[in-house]
Amino acid sequence: MSHASAQPLKGPPHIHHMDSVTAYHAAKLGMWLFLATEILLFAVLFTAFAIYRWYNLEEFHAGSHHLNWILGMTNTAVLLFSSFTAALAVDAGQKGNNKAVVKLVGVTIACGAIFLIIKYFEYSSKYHHGYFPGQANYLEFKNFLGLYYCMTGLHALHVIIGMGLLTWVLLKAKKDRFSHDYYTPVEIGALYWHLVDLIWIYLFPLLYLVG
Amino acid sequence: MAHNSHSSHAADHSELGHIIPFAVYRNVLIILLILTIITVAVSRVDFGVLNIVVAMAIASVKAGIVAAYFMHLKYENPIIWIYVLFPIILLFLMMGGIFVDNPTRRDPKIYYEVPAATENQSATNH
Repeated sequence: MSHASAQPLKGPPHIHHMDSVTAYHAAKLGMWLFLATEILLFAVLFTAFAIYRWYNLEEFHAGSHHLNWILGMTNTAVLLFSSFTAALAVDAGQKGNNKAVVKLVGVTIACGAIFLIIKYFEYSSKYHHGYFPGQANYLEFKNFLGLYYCMTGLHALHVIIGMGLLTWVLLKAKKDRFSHDYYTPVEIGALYWHLVDLIWIYLFPLLYLVG
Repeated sequence: MAHNSHSSHAADHSELGHIIPFAVYRNVLIILLILTIITVAVSRVDFGVLNIVVAMAIASVKAGIVAAYFMHLKYENPIIWIYVLFPIILLFLMMGGIFVDNPTRRDPKIYYEVPAATENQSATNH
């Protein structure tokens, strides 16, 4: 341990207690374990949705008609496209093409920003019509809207964290850090981003379409 | 299932992960966008209680495609499959328990509904 801490780490090729193949597979396994806990985190909210929907079916139907499904569908397309560019970024990383990683991760981050801007317009429209917690019309759909804000809010937080993670990947790619035998951060960052997309795939029909 | 040896067509493979041709990623994106449109179209048809089942089924197909190709799950080790399956099994246990339990319960509103006599007092709480 003292030996490892004495030497500053300049990147995984210098981690000397693990060869690069083992380090790659260990990192990926750890990331999948983390994604498993993320699924469970959202599972609680989906379960809460199922319970409250059972008891307030009409409210949920009416509440979901108050959401703009066109904006929701646009955001779905934006996230699917960003997942596509994230997957291509991993492909570029696998081939050691740092310039392509910078471009593709950049597009992915930009898509995340577009998603958040659209989300901002949705939230502010809800606010202006008095459907925010604490406002007059909120109580009309309090169960549905409460879960809507919790689920989309937690998801938006994940989008923001994912954008931060991908910015870190982008900066590393700018410094030419990735090669065919070291692209772990691109893969890990992309895995996180795909999870954000996965959750939205369920949230969109649940909140905007079926209610 | 997950088989870690390299397939013969991937000539320029890296030694770490599986290389998937660009056309596969492109086709996956097109399929995902088509499924999104189908999701919206199907929600316009009234299947009654089955609407949410249909919507969640299509979403699960989309999620499976994203995991298999974008997240490379198709080419991963069985141990990663276990990591993916256990939260899904737990989710189904939790959901399954709730769907079995819910119909046996009375409307919970009767437990917290404000009695008519004290309604004016508690209205100030809002």
